[in-house]
Amino acid sequence: MISINAAVVDLKRLDLLADSDSPIHTLDARAKVLITFVFIVSVVSFGKYELARLLPFLIFPAVMITLSGLPPMYMARKTALISPFVLMVGLFNPVFDRAVLFHIGQTGISGGWISLVSLLIRSLLTVGAAFILVGTTGFTAVCQALERLGIPRLFAVQLLFLHRYLFVLADETGRASRARELRSCGRKGLGVSSFGSLAGHLLLRTWQRAERIHTAMLSRGFVGEFHAHRQSRFGVSELCFLLGWSSFFVALRTIDITGVLGALCTGIIP
Amino acid sequence: MSHHIVEVKNLQHRYPDGTIAIKDISFRITHGESVAIIGANGAGKSTLLQHLNGCLTATSGEIRIGDTPLSKGTLPDIRRTVGMVFQNPDDQLFMPTVFEDVAFGPLNLGLTGSEVDDRVSVALDRVGAGHLRTKPPYHLSGGEKKRVAIATVLAMSPDILVMDEPTSGLDPFARRQLMSLLRDFHHTKIFTSHDLDMVLELCQRTIILHEGEIMADGPTDEIFRNDALLAACRLEKPFSMQGCPLCCRNQDTKKP
Repeated sequence: MISINAAVVDLKRLDLLADSDSPIHTLDARAKVLITFVFIVSVVSFGKYELARLLPFLIFPAVMITLSGLPPMYMARKTALISPFVLMVGLFNPVFDRAVLFHIGQTGISGGWISLVSLLIRSLLTVGAAFILVGTTGFTAVCQALERLGIPRLFAVQLLFLHRYLFVLADETGRASRARELRSCGRKGLGVSSFGSLAGHLLLRTWQRAERIHTAMLSRGFVGEFHAHRQSRFGVSELCFLLGWSSFFVALRTIDITGVLGALCTGIIP
Repeated sequence: MSHHIVEVKNLQHRYPDGTIAIKDISFRITHGESVAIIGANGAGKSTLLQHLNGCLTATSGEIRIGDTPLSKGTLPDIRRTVGMVFQNPDDQLFMPTVFEDVAFGPLNLGLTGSEVDDRVSVALDRVGAGHLRTKPPYHLSGGEKKRVAIATVLAMSPDILVMDEPTSGLDPFARRQLMSLLRDFHHTKIFTSHDLDMVLELCQRTIILHEGEIMADGPTDEIFRNDALLAACRLEKPFSMQGCPLCCRNQDTKKP
């Protein structure tokens, strides 16, 4: 099952990107989690026909990628993976919403098309920001930051375990699926029914593994509480980072900068 | 040093489906002994090991670690005393980084700050894995995972080290490294293994389990010389005690 294995390798790469010491990487995870949250809220809070005012938000991912040294093409590729799902969601917008909002030359552009493009841009921005957060912070640090920001510990620990065993489960799925493929001799095997049994086995194996992990945890003195070994702290640079970007996003949200720039340009060049 | 003693009396374990995995087992392991528990698949080795730190509860019988009988109330103490290394390190390494995984036990023991750092560093250095401390466990090779799994247990300073199949899945070099590491531990050691050459090198005493019962308990070299006993328990001599296959073949071809 090459695709599953390739996806795991790809995911591991994203995780390894967090192991760097750029100015963005060294910031406390809480600052990055908070600013990503502010960014996402600002982007999604625009009206559904908003297009031009979303574009200045591209500055955030561009600056973060440049400062942190993340590979831009890899990040773009990962973010673009989401676009088919978004297109599925917005597929019927142009069909149902036919009211023409403006014309380009003789062609009328309907509200449906505008809202579809707006949805696409929004999803690319928000998913891109989430990838940048994981790429500059690491999933573990994100979970720990969430916990320190007040998310119930149970959720944070669930997320951590989900991430830790995602790789193990993906390996197991890859192996089981390869075994099925090899015995199907290039045909369909037993079709969907064999996948049902395969998924059932994976579930049972996961269950057994969970029991073994719990036993391992008990063996090392676990009594239901995770003790964190904290290292980072929220300092001046984190505060500047958070305040700087937050004010920028609030400004973009409240002032129509693209409109102002457009008016300025059309005023200067009649 | 009485807390280094493991005493099992008339232990029996029946699984909920009715399978009797262990039938009336008794033995006593004293301070500093290195003991192998061997047997065919399904003989009850892993079930027995899981009783030694209370992961499984005996259907009947008694286990004492030192002077302490194993019971619900004494479990936390016993789990600190008996360090258990699981067969599959993926079951044992569940924290996001190697450092946090090794620190998990000491933090649960109530240690803080530099004490935890020291314990982690000493344990990782002891297994030669100091350079892996910032790595996530799923980025490690099989041998590295095994060494880190041992470090997670060493960081709790156990008096007794229990290991389920320590050399399984390791390449020859990693196996050799692990064996020299284990030789240097002066804890009471209890292993289960199918790697009988390792048993011959590391364990002075061997217990053979067969269908949930003890078939033999004695010096390793004596047990491995008993061909009839080994065959009855679906076992074989270690390779190092068998003749060289190449030499034997040459002798066969030379015969007229």
